[in-house]
Amino acid sequence: MPVTVKTFAASADAAAALSSERDARYLGGGTLVMRALNEGDVAISTVVRATDRALTQFDVTSSRITLGAGVTFARILAERELGFLHPVAGSIGGPAVRNMGTVGGNLFAPAPFGDFTVALLALDATVAVQGGYGARDMPIEEFLAGRARMASSLVLSASFQRPAGAEAFRYRKIARIKPKGGSVVTLAAHVASSGGRAIGVRIALGAMAVTAVRAKGAERALEGRALDAASIEAAVAAVTEGTSPADDSLASAWYRREVVGVHLRRLLNGQP
Amino acid sequence: MAKTALQFRHNGREVAVFVDGGVNLLTTLRDLIGDMTPKFGCGQGGCGACTVLIDGDAHLSCLTLAESVEGRSVETLDSLKDGPNLHPLQRAFMEHFAAQCGYCTPGMLMAAKALLDHNPQPSRDEVVNAISGNICRCTGYEPIINAVLAAASGGRAHA
Amino acid sequence: MLELRKDIFADERDDNLKEIGKGTQRQDMLGHVTGTSSYFNDHQLQGMLHLKVLRSPHAHARIRRIDSAEAERSPGVRRIIRGADVPRNLNTLLSLINFGKDDEPTLAFDKVRYKGEPVLAIVADSPREAFEAIAKVRVDYEPLPTVFDVEEALKAGAPVVNETYPKNTFTYHDIYDHQKLRFGDVERAFAGADHVLEQQYQMSPIEHAPTETNGSIAAPDTNGRYVVYTSTQALFFSLDTCAKILDVPSNTFHFIGGTVGGGFGGKVDTLTEPLAILGAMLTGRPVRYIFGREEEMQFGPPRGAERIYLKDGVMRDGRIAARKVRAYFDSGAYTRLSSYAVVKCVAHLPGPYTIPNVYGDVYCVFTNRTPATAMRGFGVTAMDFAIECQMDKLAHLVGMDPMEFRLLNAYRDGDMKAHRREAKNTALIECVQVAAEKAKWPLREEFRQMSSRKDGGGTRAAIPATATDGQAPARAAAQQRTSYDRLPQPAAQAQPPQPTSPAPAAPAPAPQPPSHGAMRFSSVFGSRRR
Repeated sequence: MPVTVKTFAASADAAAALSSERDARYLGGGTLVMRALNEGDVAISTVVRATDRALTQFDVTSSRITLGAGVTFARILAERELGFLHPVAGSIGGPAVRNMGTVGGNLFAPAPFGDFTVALLALDATVAVQGGYGARDMPIEEFLAGRARMASSLVLSASFQRPAGAEAFRYRKIARIKPKGGSVVTLAAHVASSGGRAIGVRIALGAMAVTAVRAKGAERALEGRALDAASIEAAVAAVTEGTSPADDSLASAWYRREVVGVHLRRLLNGQP
Repeated sequence: MAKTALQFRHNGREVAVFVDGGVNLLTTLRDLIGDMTPKFGCGQGGCGACTVLIDGDAHLSCLTLAESVEGRSVETLDSLKDGPNLHPLQRAFMEHFAAQCGYCTPGMLMAAKALLDHNPQPSRDEVVNAISGNICRCTGYEPIINAVLAAASGGRAHA
Repeated sequence: MLELRKDIFADERDDNLKEIGKGTQRQDMLGHVTGTSSYFNDHQLQGMLHLKVLRSPHAHARIRRIDSAEAERSPGVRRIIRGADVPRNLNTLLSLINFGKDDEPTLAFDKVRYKGEPVLAIVADSPREAFEAIAKVRVDYEPLPTVFDVEEALKAGAPVVNETYPKNTFTYHDIYDHQKLRFGDVERAFAGADHVLEQQYQMSPIEHAPTETNGSIAAPDTNGRYVVYTSTQALFFSLDTCAKILDVPSNTFHFIGGTVGGGFGGKVDTLTEPLAILGAMLTGRPVRYIFGREEEMQFGPPRGAERIYLKDGVMRDGRIAARKVRAYFDSGAYTRLSSYAVVKCVAHLPGPYTIPNVYGDVYCVFTNRTPATAMRGFGVTAMDFAIECQMDKLAHLVGMDPMEFRLLNAYRDGDMKAHRREAKNTALIECVQVAAEKAKWPLREEFRQMSSRKDGGGTRAAIPATATDGQAPARAAAQQRTSYDRLPQPAAQAQPPQPTSPAPAAPAPAPQPPSHGAMRFSSVFGSRRR
């Protein structure tokens, strides 16, 4: 079947088309869907687009930040209020990819891509999704767990609390070539502190499983404790719990398991 | 197969074509309009050989749905020359031997143009970042970086 | 900065360098920066069709049945091409110079021997329609046991990859399953050596990854001819290969190459032209066959992997007394150029060093991997990696500086090389000396005084008594000499440092008169032929 492109002004109509058509995919920035079409993926017959401006808006004024699914990484890099996300956005692709790639699309990017999603996971983001059943907010972990079924839903936005302080959010991407490239391992951590103790610890890993995952073993080792050499070593020792990295052309599963702890240590120590 | 009308500004000229559903901008520029300057290198977004400017910003034309440029401005390498006169970037690439097989060159020049249009005096790091989405298998990148820096520093004299 | 060391070999040089050392502009640079350099794909041809290939998902399988009925009816399909449609479906690249047997099909018919091997080609109005038709083809494969390791492939009972070569090695001169090099007696030298070092080295396959993928466009032209725009690095090679595969006179084709978007050896194998032309012949329309990036990486041929065993005997004063090499080139499923790479490798042994006893066995092995091809000095590059790693280890073993170790063992003008050619115009010594100078690496005075023009020849020019596996000529082959060659030096009085008493000096062979070409050395055949 030839490919049919359907463009809608309202996201609700786009969502309806997406859920009702078989073999439909939503086209955001193009980095995933166009690639699939270029490589001869004949399973895509309908491409759905939405020109709804709501999708490209963002709200950074309050303590809860909302990014429209269509917000590009270039846009994030141009926004001073999102400075803590600049290392994340800047680690994705080259300048052209950053002009095209979107927050919403990144949620669907397969390992070893999907670095922005790792950050969103560490920030405990909520994803607003519109499916055949209507719109609803879901925790990002629930979204990622059911991602295979999400292709027929339309992501509207992602929202999260602004990190407590400048030090609270940390990010590190290990790639063979810098600044672009698929990830050997990506780490994002939210570690706030209260009374000298780490609270609200969330550590997210990319390229360590089919989707971004939380390193819950490492989180437990830090939660409620002072962030010192002992607690960091405990976190490093537990970091691979719940991960299942794959072999790919960038790194073997073995290598990823070997180095993720090294990079977690550097991340928590604030080393460059 | 039903085709969709598409009208946009190509290097300053209004053009109109009919495209098949799902076709990308690179194929449209090359096969329908006859502009062979952007190149196919991967179709995956990894090599940058297809880089064009859409409304002044660098985009990968192989990952751009053709229909999405309706009413917008698309610039390719073909637009860089001013009549018969080379753009400072083109002159600098020649002077610094910044090409061997030449296949990455159109993409590199467009990425460099996007940089200099927004940032006329970039640092070396900024140049490296600007071409970080473009793969060159021949030169080792140094001549290209030098050429872009040279164009930036000498650009005003040639404007 | 380019520095010209005109002081070295100054007396040999007529020093009016007009181009060397100056930045001379490429004739195509203006085309590159304006985008007017013409690559094969930069042609708009009326009514062009698109060819896509169905590839084997198996590394080794028998093809039981191909059902393309549904694909034939798929919208936009103009023609499906099968193995039976290819006039001469079995070929090998070097058959054009009578080297090797035809072993590789253009489209597989009975078996597939590597993952990605072409089985069927579909020509359609658009790439999308070609992809959709490809998805509708059903092939019944019967998977077969696979072999991916070069030494496993040579064991008795290993799966036969390529029935043309049932023992999984290329056959040289119709008899030998490997290339041999014999010079002196390595076993005796090992027995008398102060140290013996044996190491194993392994190079992976390396993908050229040119920015431009392989491809070609073929179109019917006037007078029953076909014009072919192609990315090939080997224009006439490709033209003649297509003439053979398609069984037409070579003047049927007008091949237009020119600017290649990166080759590095990966565009010498005539990968797309035969099917593109056949598609044009069968449809009467222009046909484009271009690799996607995934195809280029997986199906585009790499430099072949090599496994190398190097065994050296070295004396405590640093002289290498013997070098024994056993190497296996992974040719993948078909020969292509690997047979020739092996010949080049053996001729290169033991590296740019004079070693009195040399033994080489190098195999061109077939496995169920993507067929290998040329890349940047193929046949020699990987061997040099192994040799140079070994040289460092040997230097360490005898407690000698690695640069001085190389200077000591370097060949000099007049030395006899292991493949019975006189070393001429050698310059390794000077290169190492300049490198050491640039790196501020101290060399002792006697090593700084060494020269490629001194201390060679003499006893070092003799062919030693050699333990061979059969008949071997008793004297050296006629040596070629041109007017550009450095004149042979008089037989040396002093030899490079030798702690043992010098062997009785054999008379240096008289310099041979210039060859007039009647006796020619063929690097492929390794023997004289007119």
